[in-house]
Amino acid sequence: MLEISGVRAGYGSMTVLQGVDMSIKAGEIVALLGSNGVGKTTLNNVISGFIRPNAGTLTFKGVPLTGKKPADIVALGIAHVPEGRKIFPNLSVAENLSLGAFRRAGANRKQNFERICAIFPKLRQRLNQSAGTLSGGEQQMLAIGRGLMSEPELLILDEPSLGLSPIMVEEMFNLITKINAEGVAILLVEQNVMQSLAVAGRAYVIEQGRFVMEGAAADLISDKQLRQAYLGM
Amino acid sequence: MMKLNSTGQVVLILVAVAYLLGVYFISSPVWMGFTINALIVAVLALSWNVTGGFGGLSSFGHAVLYGTGAYTSAILQVTYGVNAWVALVAGIAMAAAVGGFIGALAFRYGVKGSYFALVTLAFAEVFRICAASFDFAGGGSGLQLKLAPGISNIQFADRTVLYTFLLAIVVLVMLLTAWIKYSRFGAYLVAVRENEDAARALGIDTYRIKVLAMAVSGAFGGLAGVLYLQLWLFIDSSIAYGSSVSIEALIGPIIGGAGTVWGPVLGTLGLHLIGEGAKTLLSNAPGLNFVLYAVVLICALRFMPNGLVGLAGRIGPFAKKESKDA
Repeated sequence: MLEISGVRAGYGSMTVLQGVDMSIKAGEIVALLGSNGVGKTTLNNVISGFIRPNAGTLTFKGVPLTGKKPADIVALGIAHVPEGRKIFPNLSVAENLSLGAFRRAGANRKQNFERICAIFPKLRQRLNQSAGTLSGGEQQMLAIGRGLMSEPELLILDEPSLGLSPIMVEEMFNLITKINAEGVAILLVEQNVMQSLAVAGRAYVIEQGRFVMEGAAADLISDKQLRQAYLGM
Repeated sequence: MMKLNSTGQVVLILVAVAYLLGVYFISSPVWMGFTINALIVAVLALSWNVTGGFGGLSSFGHAVLYGTGAYTSAILQVTYGVNAWVALVAGIAMAAAVGGFIGALAFRYGVKGSYFALVTLAFAEVFRICAASFDFAGGGSGLQLKLAPGISNIQFADRTVLYTFLLAIVVLVMLLTAWIKYSRFGAYLVAVRENEDAARALGIDTYRIKVLAMAVSGAFGGLAGVLYLQLWLFIDSSIAYGSSVSIEALIGPIIGGAGTVWGPVLGTLGLHLIGEGAKTLLSNAPGLNFVLYAVVLICALRFMPNGLVGLAGRIGPFAKKESKDA
């Protein structure tokens, strides 16, 4: 569904991504693993159109993404949940959610609203509360729920477990599986290697702007090199 | 999506409406004259409210929009003998274009926050100096319209008719503001204010929305400038583009409640009442009203961050714990 080949991108004269190839099929969870500053978020930003790649091609369902505005990319069916729970703090939970459906799937707004409340029952209890008063985990759920309002075919989650308590992290990964079970493909960008590999079908490992490993999550989980690099085991 | 107002807000609005209608019955030329001035500033405040209130784009140079409206209309009428109504429309259009242009330029390069305020301030100053220097804009002596009372010239001999005309315009601009607030455009603007990165991630074309907001704000601001011109029949560079205009534009919404429909009008009326009252009591010390405005502004920022409308929202049934919207 998403095909990326030979993408190089960066900020100003600094190149972060040194040519990456990636493919995501409909309905699968792909984990993108790597430590800080190696290009995970940059790749996300290239996919969602915030950064223009210097070279390479990206296509989504056969449509080239290069040169498209972020708004048009959302309209095609890619929802990006950025890092750090970027919610609208002074708006209510319900208002936050409805803003997610303006660009796409506006007609099914009510239906999606119900669907998201069913996935995240905690949000339903707080629909009229200002989003800024939610706990960290609830804010992250809200950000994901808002992304789902546009009925995406591909959902990009940038570090959804960042800064959450261990119990909340557990819950977050359960929710990711639940969302995926509804047919949404997920690109999961994480530092939480073991848990990401447990939910993902395939994974890519990125280092200094290049993919150094890729393959089925089950294979990577037992990979010695990966365990050494990320777990110190 | 209209929400119930709290008792406090209803009372506040009723007091304002009673005052505005009361002006008809008091038949005091002083009150009438002062309220007429306040109504024109209220239109300017509603202009600032579009960008500063809904969009969180704090401009410190709304005089550039006000002045452009006034000057465009004045030049067309004085130099080219264009009809006042046509000049009014041209003034609005030109101010909208200037607003859109400043927005396009500033937002193209990602100018934000206080830097945006400085850019707008700089534009207002450049326009002020140009207006004072170029002969076609009347140079240092300004531009004077011919006195020709009549509806076709937008000049009203009868103050009551003038007052009604201005009141109708304020109501119209408030209705447009309410429409913006509950429209998709308004929702996008609020999203930009709350978190621009998140807004972009949701597929909102934030650049376009911000430029559009500047153009709409320009249209309202230009209208206010033309109204001033039609009332006083005279403008010069500091009346039109002076920084006091920019201050008047933002202080009303901040005190009344930015991002609300009633806030800018309530704030402007309240401030002018304080300013006028002080002038009467303290024998016309020039500039004293601005000193008082500053005191009120500081108190407002400290004690009622959501303005009068926000403060009133916490009173009575339907009161909101956090009155972010009213």
